[in-house]
Amino acid sequence: MVRSNRSDTYQLHRREVIKQLIRIDDDLLVIAGLGSTAWDVTSAGDRNLNFPLWGAMGGAISMGLGLALAQPERRILVITGDGETLMGMSSLATVSMQSPQNLSICTFDNERYGETGMQLTHTSARTDLAGVAAACGIPVVGHVRTQEELEAALPNILRAQGPIYHVIKVRAEKLDFVLPPKDGVHLKNRFRKALSLDN
Amino acid sequence: MDWWEQIFAAFKETNVQQVAYVPDAGHASLIEACINDKDIRAIALTTEEEGVALLAGAWLGGERGSLLMQSSGVGNCINMISLAATCQFPLSIFVTMRGQWREFNPWQYPMGQTANNQLETAGVRTLTATSPDEVGPMTQATLDHAFAGGGMSALLLHQRLMPVKTFDK
Repeated sequence: MVRSNRSDTYQLHRREVIKQLIRIDDDLLVIAGLGSTAWDVTSAGDRNLNFPLWGAMGGAISMGLGLALAQPERRILVITGDGETLMGMSSLATVSMQSPQNLSICTFDNERYGETGMQLTHTSARTDLAGVAAACGIPVVGHVRTQEELEAALPNILRAQGPIYHVIKVRAEKLDFVLPPKDGVHLKNRFRKALSLDN
Repeated sequence: MDWWEQIFAAFKETNVQQVAYVPDAGHASLIEACINDKDIRAIALTTEEEGVALLAGAWLGGERGSLLMQSSGVGNCINMISLAATCQFPLSIFVTMRGQWREFNPWQYPMGQTANNQLETAGVRTLTATSPDEVGPMTQATLDHAFAGGGMSALLLHQRLMPVKTFDK
C-alpha cells in the first residue's frame, strides 16, 4: 500500500513544468535522469538533443557535467528526479568544484520513487536537496513550489550564469508513459549528429 | 620515461581532454601533470562511478576522456559501466593496483584480487602492465580500443610498478 504524503497535493504538475522548460525547437542540450523525468522530457517532444537515460541511476548530473565541459558555448539542462539525485548526490560537489557556467540542473521532486511503486524518498522526510546543493557550493540555488515561483525561476534556469541548481516540487501522480527510443547507441549517435560530430 | 609519463604522453598524443580521477598515491604524478596541462581538464571525483557517467557526457559533447583510480574504485563503478556498455560510449580506465604485491594493508586485498575479473565480467577488456616499458604501448592500445569504436578498456598497473607503502612500520 502506498502511503499518503504531502506531495500528493503539491500544486505543480511535472508535465506542465517540463513544457515551460523545453520546447521542441530550442537548442538546449538535455540530459534526463532515468524513469519519470525521461518520460517527462519526452512528453515535451522527442528531440535529437535529448539524452534520456534508461539506467545508470545516479549518473545524470555527472553526465551533464562532462557534456557542459565539452560544449562550453551551449546551454546544458539536466532534468532528473529526487531518487536519482539522491543516488548521485555527491556529484553536486564535483559540479561545484568545476563550476561550468553553462550547466543548469533541475530536480523534479515528488518525494517518491516513481517507477518502483511510489515508495517515499528521503526528501519526503527532512532532506532538502537545494540545501545540499547550496552546501556543496553551487552558487545559484532555487526552490520552486508554485507557478509563480516557476515563472520567476525560469530566466535563471534557462539563461543565468551557472552552475545552477533548482528543486522543483511536483505533485506525486501516476502518469502515462511517454517513452523515448530505448536504443542507447541510437540516442548517442543522433545527439552527436545534431551537434555535427562524427559517429 | 617513467611509466606515468608514458600515460601522459599517450593522453596528449590521443587528444584526451578530460581526465577524471579519485586520487591514488600511484597516480599522484600523473594527476599533477594533468592538472598543470593547459589543454587537459583534470576533474576530481567524489566516487569513481561519477567518472564513467562524466566521460559519457564528454563524448556526447565531442571530447575524449579517461578515468584514473585505484583498484578499490573498480567496485564502485560496476553498475555505471552499463551506461558505456549499452550506448557504446568509449571507456578507458587506468587502475593502479593495491592488494597485489608487497601490500601492507589487508583491507586492500579483496578488490586488489578481484578487480580484473570484475572488470572483465562487466564487459571491460583488461590489460595488465607489470614492467614500466609495457605501459606506453598498453596505454595506447587501451585508448585506441576505446576511441576507435566505443570499446571499454582498462589498463591495470601492477603494484610492482609502485613504491612499497609501509606506513613507516
